[in-house]
Amino acid sequence: MSTKVKKMLFILSKATLENVYAAFVMANGARMEGIESEIFFTFFGLEAIQKKKLEHLHVATVGNPAMHMPTMLGGLPGVEALATKMMKKEMEKLDMPPVGEFLEILSDSGCKLWACKLAIDMFHLSKEDLIDELDGILTIGDFYNRANEEGTHLLFI
Amino acid sequence: MKKNIAQTEIEVNEEGYMTDFSQWNKEVGVGLAKEQGIDMTDRHWDVINYIHDMYKKDEPLSIRGIKKSGILDIKEFYDLFPGGPLKKATLIAGIPKPKSCI
Repeated sequence: MSTKVKKMLFILSKATLENVYAAFVMANGARMEGIESEIFFTFFGLEAIQKKKLEHLHVATVGNPAMHMPTMLGGLPGVEALATKMMKKEMEKLDMPPVGEFLEILSDSGCKLWACKLAIDMFHLSKEDLIDELDGILTIGDFYNRANEEGTHLLFI
Repeated sequence: MKKNIAQTEIEVNEEGYMTDFSQWNKEVGVGLAKEQGIDMTDRHWDVINYIHDMYKKDEPLSIRGIKKSGILDIKEFYDLFPGGPLKKATLIAGIPKPKSCI
């Protein structure tokens, strides 16, 4: 297959499991097709690269009509944890790696992982809080400079 | 469609993947690799042998599987088969393109 897409830049701004996996699967899929890929973690997306938090991400049971459950039920204690457990089980069946292992795979595959400087400052995080695979901390300007090539696409998740 | 490679006639699909594994041999593999700009080394053959093992066992191939294989790590896999390693390695190995998204 030959494609005009040469580079995919993902901006991950959310920490819900389904959004994090969407970004990871697409970024990894790009590398497997010979397309360059990079992920810029900003705002809540930073949770996916914080050592202490990345294995504890949840699916959203409230405000998510596709869960097909009444909003009040979704907000009860334990419901979100249960839904998350069930989804993780299904993903394991499909051989989807857990978040930490997925980040290693992405890094080994040549996918660049960047943290947003503004969000880091806002959440009072330091480099030590973040995964070792991180390629660096960028401003949005730095990130846009990385898009300065023909065939580059940006995707906000 | 038919295609001639390494003095052998092979049957391939529109993406260039062999459709009859019994037509595959090492010379065909070398020829297919050359078309992908790859010169086969012992390390490349280690990977192809692993892929054949998995294929015979009917086990799906994935990047995660490569990581667990104990044969090589993902970095080396991308170095050996640049530009879509699983796609290229399976093409050279004469087996269908993997359908997995991961």
